[in-house]
Amino acid sequence: MIDEPAIRVRGLRKSYGHVRAVQDVSFDVAEGEILGILGPNGSGKTTTVECLQGLRHADGGEISVLGLDPRHQVAELRRRIGSQLQDAALPEKLRVMEAVRLFASVGDGRADLGALLTDWGLGGKRDAAFGSLSGGQKQRLFIALALVNSPRLVFLDEMTTGLDPEARREAWRLITQLRQLGTTVVLVTHFLDEAERLCDRLVVIQAGRVVATGTPPELVAAHGGGITATFTGDVDHATLAALPGVTSVQLRGRAHEVQGSAAALLHLGHHLVDRGVVPEDLRVHQPTLEDAYFRLVGTDAAPAAADGRDGVPAERPGLARVGPCRARPVRP
Amino acid sequence: MTVLFALVMPVIFVIVLGSVFGDTPDPQGAVFGGVGGSTYYTPAYIALSAASVGLVILPTHLAGYRERGVLRRIRAGGLPVNAVLLGQIAVGLALSVVGGALVVLVAFLTTNPAGAEDAWGVVVAGVIGAIAFGLLGLALGVLLPTARAAQGAGILVWFLVFMLGGAGPPPEVLPDAMATAGDYTPLRPLIVAMQDPWFGNGWNWSRLAVLVGIGAASWAVAAYRLSRD
Repeated sequence: MIDEPAIRVRGLRKSYGHVRAVQDVSFDVAEGEILGILGPNGSGKTTTVECLQGLRHADGGEISVLGLDPRHQVAELRRRIGSQLQDAALPEKLRVMEAVRLFASVGDGRADLGALLTDWGLGGKRDAAFGSLSGGQKQRLFIALALVNSPRLVFLDEMTTGLDPEARREAWRLITQLRQLGTTVVLVTHFLDEAERLCDRLVVIQAGRVVATGTPPELVAAHGGGITATFTGDVDHATLAALPGVTSVQLRGRAHEVQGSAAALLHLGHHLVDRGVVPEDLRVHQPTLEDAYFRLVGTDAAPAAADGRDGVPAERPGLARVGPCRARPVRP
Repeated sequence: MTVLFALVMPVIFVIVLGSVFGDTPDPQGAVFGGVGGSTYYTPAYIALSAASVGLVILPTHLAGYRERGVLRRIRAGGLPVNAVLLGQIAVGLALSVVGGALVVLVAFLTTNPAGAEDAWGVVVAGVIGAIAFGLLGLALGVLLPTARAAQGAGILVWFLVFMLGGAGPPPEVLPDAMATAGDYTPLRPLIVAMQDPWFGNGWNWSRLAVLVGIGAASWAVAAYRLSRD
C-alpha cells in the first residue's frame, strides 16, 4: 500500500492582480520527509507555501495537506501544522513567554515551553518584550512558535535568514532532530548549503513553475554540468574526446580541460596511466548543488532546462570560445 | 501619539476654550445652543476623546499590525484573529472612558461648567458613540494599507472633524457651507447626542440612530474586508 503523502499539490495557480506569482506548481511531500523549496526572489516560493497553509486562497489547482483542503478546512489544518512565516511580527510589548504560552494554547497543553525556549537560545529572554529582541532572536522565537505544539507538519519560510553562523548550525541540528521524530518539514530557503544538508528532496521553482525536482545528488547529477578534470601533459584531444562519457575537451592556457560524467573520469585516468602520463597538477572539480541551481535558474537556465539528456550537460557558452579544439559528444 | 490625541488634546482644549468663553450664556442665545461655553465644551471634548480613538489611534495600530504581519502571524498560529481585533477595540473603549473622565474632572476643576441634567442620557450616548467610533477605527484599520497612511489620513480627518464638527468654533458662527459639512462629520452626532441630555433637552434619538448606523456600517465593511484576507 502506498502511503498518502503529507502534501499533494497539483497545478497550483495564484495571481495578484495581473502578476502571475504561481503559474503551475505540482509536487508531493512524503510523510516524515524534509522538502526544500529553492528559487530566486519573486519566483513564487512563499506564495506557494502560503497557499498550502491556507493563508492565501489559491486561484486554481488541487491542494491536499494532511488530507485536508486548506481552502475549506483551514481551521482544522492550522491546529495540525506549525508555521514560521517570512516577514511576520508580534505586538512590540508582548513578552517572549507570553507569546509562547499564547501559541501553545491552541495545542494539547503538553508542550515543555521552558525547554523549547532553551533549545532555541531564548532561555534568558522569557520576560523580554518582542520589540526588544534582536533580529536573530525574533527569528528563533518564530521557529520556536512554529514547533510549540509538536505539529506533524512544519512550514519554515527562510528559517535561518538573519541568524548568525552559530545559530544557523544550531537551527540545522534542531531541524535534524525533528526529522528523527518523524515530523514532516517544508523548508523554503535561499541557502544552498542549508538545502543540501537538511533536505531529503528539493523542488526548484522559477517564475512560478517547477523547473526541477529531486534529491540534492539527483539535481547535481542531472543539472550540475558534469565533472571537470584539468591537467597538463602530452595528450591528443581527439583520443580524449573519444573516451566514454567525455562531453568536451578544451585547452585552457597550457592545461587540458576534460568534462564529462563520473565514468569519463575513470576512463580518463585509465587512459593517462596507460600512456605513462601522470600529471602532478591534476585537479578535479565535482559539480555542486550551486552549479546545478545556477544552471537551472541562472542566466543560462534556458539551455540547461531544455536539455533533456540526463547527465550530459549543456556546454557553458562562455567556455566554448576559450579553447580551439572542441570534441564532439560521444555517442555510447 | 495615543496619549496625545485621546488624553492630552481634549483636556487642553476644554481648559483653554472653557476659560476663554467662561460659562455665562449668550444673552441672545445665539451661540452654544443657549448654554455657557464651558458647559458646551465639556461634553464636546468627551466626544472628541472617543473620536480620537476611532479616527487616529485604532486605525494606526491595526494598520500597523497588518502591515508588520502580526495578524498573519496570529492567524497562522490557529489563534482567533477576531479576539485580537476585539481586544484592540476594548482597549480603545477603555481609553475613551479614561479620556472622557479626565475631561470631566479637569473641566469641573478649572472652568466650572453646569452639571449634566440627565447624566444617564449622557453616559448612554457616550457609550454608544465610543462603540461606534471603535468600530469605525476597526474599519479604517483594515482598509488603510499601512500605519503611516492610517496616521496621516487619520490626523487630517481628525482636524477637519474637530474644527467643523462642533468641538472647535461653535457651529452657529461657522459659514453655512462649513456648518452643513460639519453636520456630516461623524463627530457631530456624538457631540449633539451627549449635549442634548447634558443641557436638559432630552435624548436625541435621531443622532443616536446615526451613531448606531456608523457602527453597523463600519462593522459590515470590516467584516467583509477581513473575510477576503
